[in-house]
Amino acid sequence: MKIITLLKRVPDTEARILINKEGTGIQEDGIKFVINTYDEYAIEEGLLLREKVGGESKVTVVCMGPEEATELIRTALAMGADDAVHICDPALGKPGPFTSAAVLAKALQEEGFDIIFCGKQAIDDDMAQVQAILAEMLDIPQVNVVTAFEISDDQGKAVLRRSIEGGNEKVETSLPVIVSCEKGLNEPRYASLPGIMKAKKKEIRKKTLSDLGFDGAPGTGRADILKWLPLPKSGECRMIEAEELGDGVKELVRLLREEAKVL
Amino acid sequence: MANDILVYGEIRGGELKKVVKELIGAARLIAQNTSGSIDAVLIGEGASVAADSLKEYGLRKIYVNEEELLKSYSTEGYAAFLANLIGEASPGYVLFGATAQGRDLAPRVGAKVDGVIFSDCVDVRYEDGKLVAKRPVYSGKLFIEITPRGERTTFMTIRPNNLPPAEPSGSGAEIVARPASVTREMIRALVAEIIPLAGGRPDVTEADTIVSGGRAMKDGANFKILEDLADLLGGAVGASRAAVDAGFTEHALQVGQTGKIVNPKLYIACGISGAIQHLAGMRASKVIVAINKDPNAPIFERAHYGIVGDLFEIVPVMTEEIKKIL
Repeated sequence: MKIITLLKRVPDTEARILINKEGTGIQEDGIKFVINTYDEYAIEEGLLLREKVGGESKVTVVCMGPEEATELIRTALAMGADDAVHICDPALGKPGPFTSAAVLAKALQEEGFDIIFCGKQAIDDDMAQVQAILAEMLDIPQVNVVTAFEISDDQGKAVLRRSIEGGNEKVETSLPVIVSCEKGLNEPRYASLPGIMKAKKKEIRKKTLSDLGFDGAPGTGRADILKWLPLPKSGECRMIEAEELGDGVKELVRLLREEAKVL
Repeated sequence: MANDILVYGEIRGGELKKVVKELIGAARLIAQNTSGSIDAVLIGEGASVAADSLKEYGLRKIYVNEEELLKSYSTEGYAAFLANLIGEASPGYVLFGATAQGRDLAPRVGAKVDGVIFSDCVDVRYEDGKLVAKRPVYSGKLFIEITPRGERTTFMTIRPNNLPPAEPSGSGAEIVARPASVTREMIRALVAEIIPLAGGRPDVTEADTIVSGGRAMKDGANFKILEDLADLLGGAVGASRAAVDAGFTEHALQVGQTGKIVNPKLYIACGISGAIQHLAGMRASKVIVAINKDPNAPIFERAHYGIVGDLFEIVPVMTEEIKKIL
């Protein structure tokens, strides 16, 4: 089975994100970049699937990103992925979802796949669009925000659980399929020391846009960002103090009812 | 016509989602500027009844399909149906709720008709003859204002509870039964069953009130005091990442950057210190109450009302006090 996991390099969840001086994006200096949180579940699920089906199965990491993404790809290889494709081209800049999907679609068609795992969204742009556009371009089904995955014995079908408001949908799909992963699907493993050593020898196939047959980044910009806005400043917190706990709580409830009008 | 707006009327369990009326409100705002008409489309079990409930909302047409093949949700079936309709009616704008279904469906339809898609919008306006949408990036740590380029159909998913719902206005809409140009073979992934979460409380993304617990809850069983308060207020129970990672409760309840992004009217944070990643998920709440032992906890910087103290003492008293006034 040919298992693909998609990886994106994004700022750490704990990073403080500030707008740059020019007002055209974020200040990247000093930010720690990591594997997109949800992509870790995708990698783990790919590895679990390989362990389950065995045989000639292979997990290939596909990453579109800058030179600096290499170390994160190595981390995924150290977790146990077999090899990787790194699409790296300065002409990509900060690609929109249709550009990303077009480039990934081409790379995946060349690579071949039975199943594609990715994160439910990247925690930088937060669009959650690429998986659906990619699915449309590859003409395969999509199952998003998945918290449980099981493959059929003949490997032709999968049963999944996807998180929705107040519950889960049980989805049945044929393969090939793209599955976007949610926290709770599995517990991503840490890279072991032998894994880290092995990863150094694993192949990362670097590809430029022209390697993939593109003359520059495919697709034109579909939108313009007019403005980057910081969060509105929050007001003072009104601290409620009272000698007796009961009086303080009573005052809080009164304020919530009479001032904030939320009770 | 390119100045028209199509609203996707999501139905869940036979009922129209609350967000649909908020979408109609946004559609009216666009229509005022483009002089276009507003249509809606409802698919699945209960579509006809739900369409009747929208008749007096100033819509031109309400397209309805209740065929067996589209009775329950499938991305591919619904996307094919919608792409076909959009191809014929060619609206300039298509609005979805940023719900589990809307976020799944909108980009697939958008890809089919080669449109442009804005996810999770929290505000929409018209400026200098152009649509401007505001949406969070970096999980709500920043916002961007974005405008479509060129003549493509613009798809938006709009977050529930952000825009005021439309009130009835205008004359009755024409209800049009629209046949599906969809075959069974086109649907490769199908929802076989919906499994509700235990507890019967609203989802954190849909609740007006959320009572959330953090690491200081110490144990899953202690969530009972939060549940009692949440149930009294008809609200949801939430949790911080620390509480979920410690195994106190399930991930479906997690609020934060790697959980759900919420915007209730009232958010009560109990024993939550206020890590950046948690604040990213709940800072849009209208009123935030923080209960924490540590007076220096960062949660107090984002809260509107704070009490320093032991949540195990404060929460039960709060429940009793609220019982007295409700």
